[in-house]
Amino acid sequence: MPESISQPRRNVDVPEGLWIRCTQCSAMIYRRILEEELHVCPECGCHYRVDVRTRINQLNDPGTFEEFLPNLESSDPLEFSDRITYRERLAKVKAETGETEAMVVGKGFIKGRPLIMGVMNPFFIMGSMGAVVGEKVSAAAERAASESLPLLMVTCSGGARMMEGMVSLTQMAKTSAAVGRFDQAGGLYIVVMTDPTTAGVAASFAFLGDVILAEPGALIGFAGPRVIANTIKTTLPEGFQKAEFMLEHGFVDRIVHRRDLRSEIARIIDYCNK
Amino acid sequence: MPHQHRQNWVRASSPPWRGLFWYITMSTQPATAANPAGAIGHVLEFEKPLAKMEQEIQRLETLQAESGRDYSEVITTIREQLQNALRQSYANLTAVETVAVARHPRRPLVRDYIRLIAEDFCELHGDKLYGDDHAVVCGFARLAGHRVMLIGHQKGREWREKIEVNFGCAHPDGYRKALEKMKLAAKFNVPVVCLVDTPGAYPGVEAEERGIARAIAINLMEMSRLATPVVAVVVGEGGSGGALGLAVADQVAVLEHAYYSVISPEGCAGILWKSGEYAAQAAEALRLTAADLKRLDLIDAIIPEPLGAAHRNPEETAQNLATWIGKTLRDLRRLKPESLLRRRYDRWRKIGSFFVEGGKSEPGRTDTKPAKRARRPTKAAAVQPEA
Ligand SMILES: [Zn+2]
Repeated sequence: MPESISQPRRNVDVPEGLWIRCTQCSAMIYRRILEEELHVCPECGCHYRVDVRTRINQLNDPGTFEEFLPNLESSDPLEFSDRITYRERLAKVKAETGETEAMVVGKGFIKGRPLIMGVMNPFFIMGSMGAVVGEKVSAAAERAASESLPLLMVTCSGGARMMEGMVSLTQMAKTSAAVGRFDQAGGLYIVVMTDPTTAGVAASFAFLGDVILAEPGALIGFAGPRVIANTIKTTLPEGFQKAEFMLEHGFVDRIVHRRDLRSEIARIIDYCNK
Repeated sequence: MPHQHRQNWVRASSPPWRGLFWYITMSTQPATAANPAGAIGHVLEFEKPLAKMEQEIQRLETLQAESGRDYSEVITTIREQLQNALRQSYANLTAVETVAVARHPRRPLVRDYIRLIAEDFCELHGDKLYGDDHAVVCGFARLAGHRVMLIGHQKGREWREKIEVNFGCAHPDGYRKALEKMKLAAKFNVPVVCLVDTPGAYPGVEAEERGIARAIAINLMEMSRLATPVVAVVVGEGGSGGALGLAVADQVAVLEHAYYSVISPEGCAGILWKSGEYAAQAAEALRLTAADLKRLDLIDAIIPEPLGAAHRNPEETAQNLATWIGKTLRDLRRLKPESLLRRRYDRWRKIGSFFVEGGKSEPGRTDTKPAKRARRPTKAAAVQPEA
């Protein structure tokens, strides 16, 4: 989990109040406008992080999303404790977000097309992957295979959840195996990488999409930029590890503005005859 | 003094390696952890008295040979003391000491194991896409009665070799090279043996530009369905995704004093404790020892090391390794291809299923908890204040 990414308390990563100052271009935006713009700054196009329920509502046809495995929670296998215990940390973040984990999976509809989807929550311990996220991704892939539906993952994660130690690292292999089996069954797997998609999530199910879309400006990579800067002892190139950088280097198929995600996903599903 | 050492090396090396060196000592994380005091050193504090005894035995043996006098009684006594001290120290290693042993400068490396247990090693280079990453070694070999494809991270022994192999930190090319050779092996039904020993995948600009995340992800997926037996052994450092990228196997073992972790203890301490000083606590909390991993059902076997760890007897360690690989491959080769792949899928599908449904326990697995370890004061790292 890169430390540079702080953990905002609110469910949408913008300041509170009727008027909001864009953290990127400093423009003053009326809150209702920002919501209508799907939490993208109308002036500079900065894509803000959004919580999992907002994202699900933005993507799905109204009222169509049905969640499965909603109540899975970590059993804290390591009895992990740093300055606070993992259990305390979980209780705190559950209270703050109203969610039980960093991912929601379910069946939804995008422009009338049914699909299985997983959406990560950047505000739940940095969207980090532990046993629950691993199980949800794998179960979603199996569900998509058994129902012959496309699989969509909207990724947003700082990587493996270190409070679950090696349990979290093994989830990388678990999810990759599940996605691999779905691939062998001929399933269509679309990934939307949002800010940030890094480390253990990037290096597992996120980068295994048949089609990989990314939101503009999203941080995408394996090692955190600060770790790399620290390693090479020089400043990093401009735009390093941004979605545009990944597109330029051939690891992202398309960069898609948030308002176009629904139509782009529908288009790809149609082209793949799914 | 180990810190003195490090700084000298840093100064002596060329600029690109300077940072890399910090990466090796500080591992994967971050600016706040850039305090060498927290790093787990190469000189094992708890081994100092042992080293003294070993030196004394050597001195007396030399003296005996030169002077013709008989010191055999004294030598035998010291030797017994040494054995007892070794037994005591190594039976009660703390997590941070285990990490230090796994990083011991004389610990056998993958090329040592190749020399000791592989016959007729036929090295195969290159990923046939970009280059030949020296951090990953691949080749056909005969091992414990099997023809195998042997793949491993090489960390490097001497300074020059360390630089050549990038301290065992592979670039994307290393993972693609490994997969290329695995596919070759699978085509001809040759089993794959992976020896894992890396601080982690290389965190650099070029690694990102060439898609390190994608390269590891593809290895995880392809190894989960590779149509030939695959075994993996963590022989030294099992550093995060860079280790897992060569460790999705039918059977996974860890050498007794190796470690396998989601993040380096220094990196974890830097993030969660905001200081690398807490590496010992982080190492303990991460449950990264072979015994803890076995208890959590994350690995299948622990391969024993000789008394005083692998660096005291590389030959015996290599033999233990060969024995486990030989036996495991024999068992795996009895399986029909479909059932081999089904079992591998199930192994990984069920791994680490430590979750509860709305507060209730999942049947079976969630009760497995690592037993509380006896904690003794940490000698290898600086003493830390309580958080
Ligand atoms: Zn703006």
